Amino acid sequence: MIRYVALRLAGMAGVLLVICAVTFTIFYVFPADPALQACGKSCTPERLAMLHHQMGLDRPLWRQFTGYLTGIFAGRSYGEGPLAVQCHFPCLGFSYQNNTPVWDLMMRRLPTTLSIAAGAAVLWLAGGVAVGVMSALRKDTLLDRTMMVGTLTSASLPIYFTAMTLTVLVVQVGGLLPYSSYVPVGQDPAGWAKNLVLPWVALALLYAAMYARMTRASMVETMAEPFIRTARAKGLPERTVVAKHGLRAGLTPVLTVFGMDLGALLGGAVITESVFGLPGLGRLTIDSIETSDQPVVMGVALLAAFFITFANLVVDLAYAVVDPQVRFS
Amino acid sequence: MSAPSLAEGRAATPPPLGRSPWRTAARRLRRDPAALIGLGIVLLFVLMALTAPVLTALNGHGPNEFHPEKIDKALAGAPKGALGGVDGDFWLGVEPGTGRDVFSRMVHGARISLLISVLATGVATAAGTALGLLAGFSGGRLDALISRVMDLVLSFPQLIFMIALVSVLPEGNRTLELVFVMGFFGWPYVGRIVRGQALVLRSREFVEAARAAGMTRARILFREVLPNLLAPILVYATLTVPINIGTEAALSFLGIGVRPPDSSWGQMMATAMTWYQVDPMFFVVPGVCLLLTVLAFTLLGDAFRDALDPRSATR
Repeated sequence: MIRYVALRLAGMAGVLLVICAVTFTIFYVFPADPALQACGKSCTPERLAMLHHQMGLDRPLWRQFTGYLTGIFAGRSYGEGPLAVQCHFPCLGFSYQNNTPVWDLMMRRLPTTLSIAAGAAVLWLAGGVAVGVMSALRKDTLLDRTMMVGTLTSASLPIYFTAMTLTVLVVQVGGLLPYSSYVPVGQDPAGWAKNLVLPWVALALLYAAMYARMTRASMVETMAEPFIRTARAKGLPERTVVAKHGLRAGLTPVLTVFGMDLGALLGGAVITESVFGLPGLGRLTIDSIETSDQPVVMGVALLAAFFITFANLVVDLAYAVVDPQVRFS
Repeated sequence: MSAPSLAEGRAATPPPLGRSPWRTAARRLRRDPAALIGLGIVLLFVLMALTAPVLTALNGHGPNEFHPEKIDKALAGAPKGALGGVDGDFWLGVEPGTGRDVFSRMVHGARISLLISVLATGVATAAGTALGLLAGFSGGRLDALISRVMDLVLSFPQLIFMIALVSVLPEGNRTLELVFVMGFFGWPYVGRIVRGQALVLRSREFVEAARAAGMTRARILFREVLPNLLAPILVYATLTVPINIGTEAALSFLGIGVRPPDSSWGQMMATAMTWYQVDPMFFVVPGVCLLLTVLAFTLLGDAFRDALDPRSATR
């Protein structure tokens, strides 16, 4: 077990390292000279050269890369002597736009993204699984067909379309909720929830539909297994058969996908945040791409990749705990 | 020596009589209402995309023709008239701010949306099939290498990287750039399926028979293995198109898809963002188009899967 986890962690580190290298290449080799932007309009060649030196852009690419890596684990300083700027662990550089450490910028945005993802995940998991199980237990009835047509449609809805429709209907016409904005949960929990209901519902509609279809397929298969017949033959009430035997086996694949979806969403719900104007990681990504703020783009990309690989690891470990057939190898 | 004839029985060419898997599938599809609805909608949109110039000639407004008389300057450019300016001349109203004909932009948008998503699916499927076959069929180190690369590409936060890549790519043909960027992030999904299937097929009797009969590796690959993979590849490709339609729309929505003055449904949604509270009609049109095409391709893909599955009962 420990050996397995260690191996997986090493693998994860390897993947992140490669992603880091690829990101670095994309963002530092392709775009225009960042020093030129930092220099401003009245830029003299001397000042440009100094900035180049201070930002470390005059060093060979691999030295810049190792510098970046060192910064993440140990912090680093830019420039030398009295001009040196200290960047503390975990150092992902400074934003070209406002000279804030990238890490601080991201941590300021993370609560919004976390709030969106967590609320939506609760809704879609509960809704999707409930609909899926109901559909599976009443397979081929009118209810099942109706729900499956409904989920298919719901899964085809583009998120911005749902978002705009919901806003027009609920906020503009209905006047039931305020236009979405972010209120920190510690400050006003009720306001926090009220402001995030629409993004949650918009995301949940999309994901719940996919989960309902997945749950249905998995449960239909599970309920036809011999061990379900055995459980019924033992005289267990149907409720127990479904809840204790069916769900446990039937939901394992759903939980796998859930872990990965949640991991991907933590990197920022780019479109949802854009439509609802919420200041999360996704919005930060878009804004920093628009302003060619490479250190920030790189930071967010790395953080997102970290969430994805980490979720993968957690899912695999959880799988091994739930399903005794899985061996650590 | 009758090496080829040993293989013929299992090859994809349907025998003149009897039921080949493809014929059974076609029979099943013809009786599946969901498949027919899906196919109908897809054909409708394809037809619309193909005949876009004719359709815009019919209503007389090009997709990039400005109609300042149709918008209200006093209301910051909101369309005059009900429902976003719908009338006998402008069938689906006009774009707020510019007065461009929504119907013309929609049909031209269909061209770009469908073209990009189908081509990107093509790229992903071709690359995924080739690399998946290579990995599954050769095994060993090459397999390990390709599998690692697939895992790696799948661990990328895809949308962020697509946005970033498209935005740093040099100015060029944006359509092609989108196709290749989307194809690049799509191929491992196909690759994994093909690799898994190829691993199974590699040790099946008919492949061993072909090998024993002295068939070359390339011939085995193309005559024996590939025909057996066509069904899952077709199903997967059909289900990838709607995902790509969504991705293209998302990229255009975020402002890094097609460039103005070209229209795509995502680009229309993006414009609609600033207007949706004043003029809901304008986001409903591209939104419904996106919903319908995605739904139709999903229906079709699901139907293909059911029809091509040999385990499902013959109807």
